[in-house]
Amino acid sequence: MLKDITIGQHYPTGSVVHKLDPRTKIIAVFVFIITLFLVDNFMAYGFVAVFVLLCIMISKIPMKYIIKGLKPLTFIILFTLMINSFMIAGEIIISIGPLSITKEGLYQGSFMAVRLIMLVIGTSLLTLTTSPITLTDGIESLLNPLKKIGVPAHELAMMMTIALRFIPTLLEETDKIMKAQMARGADFESGSLIKRSKSLVPLLVPLFTSAFRRADDLAMAMEARCYRGGEGRTRMKQLKYYKRDFVAIVIVVSMFAILYFS
Amino acid sequence: MSITIENLTHIYNEGSPYQTNALEDVNIEIKSGEFIGLIGHTGSGKSTLIQHINGLLKPDKGKIIVEGMDITRKDVKMTQVRKKVGLVFQYPEHQLFEETVYKDIAFGPKNVGLDSEEIDNRVKEAMNLVKLPFEELKERSPFELSGGQQRRVAIAGVLAMKPDILILDEPTAGLDPRGRDEIFEQIRLLHQKYKNTIILVSHSMEDIAKLTDRIIVMHEGKVLLTGETKAVFRESKRLEAIGLGVPQITKLMGILADKNIPLARDILTVEDAKIEILKWLRGKKNA
Repeated sequence: MLKDITIGQHYPTGSVVHKLDPRTKIIAVFVFIITLFLVDNFMAYGFVAVFVLLCIMISKIPMKYIIKGLKPLTFIILFTLMINSFMIAGEIIISIGPLSITKEGLYQGSFMAVRLIMLVIGTSLLTLTTSPITLTDGIESLLNPLKKIGVPAHELAMMMTIALRFIPTLLEETDKIMKAQMARGADFESGSLIKRSKSLVPLLVPLFTSAFRRADDLAMAMEARCYRGGEGRTRMKQLKYYKRDFVAIVIVVSMFAILYFS
Repeated sequence: MSITIENLTHIYNEGSPYQTNALEDVNIEIKSGEFIGLIGHTGSGKSTLIQHINGLLKPDKGKIIVEGMDITRKDVKMTQVRKKVGLVFQYPEHQLFEETVYKDIAFGPKNVGLDSEEIDNRVKEAMNLVKLPFEELKERSPFELSGGQQRRVAIAGVLAMKPDILILDEPTAGLDPRGRDEIFEQIRLLHQKYKNTIILVSHSMEDIAKLTDRIIVMHEGKVLLTGETKAVFRESKRLEAIGLGVPQITKLMGILADKNIPLARDILTVEDAKIEILKWLRGKKNA
């Protein structure tokens, strides 16, 4: 069950996309997201889809894996589609009792659904091709200029690094505690909504205690190694732009500029 | 209660670059009332194997039959399996969650639908088995107990379900020597009293040697060796080759035997070694 979560998971293949500087990829994803919200016709989405597909192919990540990452979102996507189709007034296609699906609603709904799918695939492509550590390094480096106006760039990046680092650990922990309680006859999968949320207590209490224990240990371990925040810290792996980064940025930006202005 | 495992295969993350074959074609037969030691290096598949026995993991291939019931079939009620097979995980105190010790131990019996009187008896009995004073501790919060006591509360939580098969995954990891000896002694008494089937996973060869009738050695997802405890520890070379060992005293007796001193090699405890050496010394004096 928990194995299906692919958000934040790195999938190393050593492709060109993987080798790009994280800053390049973050900027590209931002451009991509902005475009998604600015573009307003299906034609343009077709182009975006082709572009995303090409990116996936270059990154050598199996299509199956990406679709698996969409699975947990099926409900939200369907919900968006439904709400829009029912709620927007216009030319009625089918009526079911008091509800009716309109042509405009259906159009708007599928539009939103496509946008959502693209958004998820685009951003998960970023995390799939970039290891969490390089990703946060990239974010820190991009936030650096903001330090002058008092944004704690290093601290934010460190928080993200730690959060990302502990996602798999906490998932594993959840899995372990869940199994331990199931071995004592706990049932997480059946019953009414109230019964099911009650059954989460034996899972959440140990999970919280262990999360706090881990936080305590980690803080202590960082202190023991003289961690004092970002001031004067050097790093082993310096980020560096290569030719391929410029090429990638130029491609992405011009691609979406054409889409937007044409 | 017997367990039969046939051609069990389990693959983690199939189809992703992290794919690993945790278990490959494992065949095991465990008779009712046996005390089994399960040993193997970290990552050899022990934990994966024991989780299959009470249905927490589903095999990719193969069958697991617990007392004539194939638990890999889809129509099997899992609560029935969990009632029969109790599993104590590593660091079980991390699963405690209730406000009082009593409530935490009662969690399992309550889940299988026992009435409050029976639950009461079960909690008392389980606390008695792990030597926790019932009256004194029942209303205390499990989080304010010592590490060793927390461990016992967690073990009692599984014992309260009265499983016919009890699986313990390193029940003494992280305890001091005294706490370790006490827990093993209680497990031994439990086995003596109820004649239940016990599977013990441990890295301490001394403890395995002291307690078990038979050993299963896992290596890279396969069963490498299986046999009576003495017989398995006779294969010290093979065990050492996969990063395991034999009890210190067995090793010592082996070294002495290598020096052409006529001593038996399959000695597992210091007590037996003493007897064997005295026997040899007396024989020498008489000669």
